[in-house]
Amino acid sequence: MSTSNIRQGSLEIVDQEKIISRGSLYVAQARLIAMMKWFWMILAIAVANPVLYLLSIGVGVGAFIDKSAGAAGVDGVKYLTFLAPALLATAAIQGAIDESVFPTLEGFNWWKNFLGMNATPISGNQIATGVFLASLVRVVGTVIIYWFVMLAFGALESSKAWLAIPTAVMAGVAFGSITQAIAGLLKNENMFFVIFERFIMMPLFLFSGTFYPLTSMPIYLQWIGWISPLWHATELGRYLTYGHALTQTMAITHMVFLLTLLALGIFFSRRIFTMRLAK
Amino acid sequence: MSSPLITARGLTKKFDEFVAVDEIDFDVARGESFGLLGPNGAGKSTTMRIIGATSQRTSGDLTILGMDPEKFGPQIRAHLGVVPQQDNLDMNLSVSENLYIYGRYFGLSRKFLKTKIEELLEFAQLQEKRNAKVESLSGGMKRRLTIARGLVSEPEILMLDEPTTGLDPQARHILWDRLFRLKEQGVTLVITTHFMDEAEQLCDRLVVMDKGKIMAEGSPAQLIKDYSTKEVLEIRFGSERNSEMADQLRGMCDRIEELPDRILLYSEDGEALLEKIYSAGLHPKTSLVRRSSLEDVFLRLTGRTLVD
Repeated sequence: MSTSNIRQGSLEIVDQEKIISRGSLYVAQARLIAMMKWFWMILAIAVANPVLYLLSIGVGVGAFIDKSAGAAGVDGVKYLTFLAPALLATAAIQGAIDESVFPTLEGFNWWKNFLGMNATPISGNQIATGVFLASLVRVVGTVIIYWFVMLAFGALESSKAWLAIPTAVMAGVAFGSITQAIAGLLKNENMFFVIFERFIMMPLFLFSGTFYPLTSMPIYLQWIGWISPLWHATELGRYLTYGHALTQTMAITHMVFLLTLLALGIFFSRRIFTMRLAK
Repeated sequence: MSSPLITARGLTKKFDEFVAVDEIDFDVARGESFGLLGPNGAGKSTTMRIIGATSQRTSGDLTILGMDPEKFGPQIRAHLGVVPQQDNLDMNLSVSENLYIYGRYFGLSRKFLKTKIEELLEFAQLQEKRNAKVESLSGGMKRRLTIARGLVSEPEILMLDEPTTGLDPQARHILWDRLFRLKEQGVTLVITTHFMDEAEQLCDRLVVMDKGKIMAEGSPAQLIKDYSTKEVLEIRFGSERNSEMADQLRGMCDRIEELPDRILLYSEDGEALLEKIYSAGLHPKTSLVRRSSLEDVFLRLTGRTLVD
């Protein structure tokens, strides 16, 4: 063993300033290294997902809808153009959930590696922030790829279309931060998936004005759209990609909704992570 | 003498109604190897997590490196190396990535970690597994990696919770040897174990814990001296007759413990006692004279064996 001569000791080598300023980045780095092991899988999903959806529903179903809608189109545009922003936001949300829920369940329940992280100077707040930042990277990548596929399909009609990238990202991470907080509370995750996938994700996807305008749904179902980040992001996305009619008040409302959700999600994930680790 | 590195007074931890750690007092001096000995559920791991500045105490006072863990958790943890009972490695990462990332959590530079990782891979005898996914490692390998990971920041205090559980006898001895060397370099060790031989080998001083309380404190030799006799005679008459014979044997020695499979007789001279038993016309099926151990101390203090 060769340690005896070169030991300097933690008092010499540990850099407390660096841990305070960059701790969450180190946690994010660990997550990103893990993600890179699935790089081709993640990339394949990011590309195949928009291609398949836009082709089958946007182009395929769209052909029928466009024919019956005539020159007026759906909301004034081809069905593909109408649908694409909603699918963009959906992909962002799905990616964010993958990268927030699974790492959180691993960290607390399956492998308990959060306990290992927390035995170092890294705090619960930094772990929560690091997981969030890594999910943000994944969502940004997914959304950019999706956006270019939309471009290739001719689904972007406005010069402001690129702004749909940040709004979709925001919807994704806002939702992801909330699911991260919820996952942090779970002791028995099996029930969560069943309930969440079937009774929350599915209705949100179907009733958020994804496939037709929210206003064409019965009034007693429209509240689903209002509480759904997907609908708020879709409205913004439609405005930005093809000029869907949107008042300034509504645009601000959508932004405020998503930002509030994001702030709450980050606040509660940090708090829940810290409290759970201190037990 | 310098002030202790760790001081606990009236340290208590409750989980709802359950009292896991019940008003314990202890000090750990710099460079000392301090042990918490007790059966599963005695409160050792809970105590370790409180000292580890992660779990918060319910009441009492605690100072580690001169700081209160409630207020200075990260600052204290910067100087601790923690080897938990359950390996909580990052299963997404390879062996060397686990060491690298863990080092980053202490703010260590890439350059420093490059050489450190080599050293730790050698220490843990995992050089050939450096790029293997942690999931594919055997239990013993994971354990060694967890121990190596705890050393990445060259901690002032190394905390080991049941370090050798799951290791084969050879690996245990190698680890003990490594821990001795760390101690020689001035590292303070805090160890929990339910193996009495490990406690005797590794600890300068230890506390015996049971049901959240400290039952006794001292060096292994002192505890044996205080709570047991020099020698122990173990005899077996067969499980049917043990308890019947125990009554006849009482009075022939200082103290007697009846276990399901054998009788323990405590005496300063085991051989002489065995002679006496034979001359009384009793013929045990087997007999063994041995030195008293911490197991006997524990039995005396709690009326139960350590490992059951």
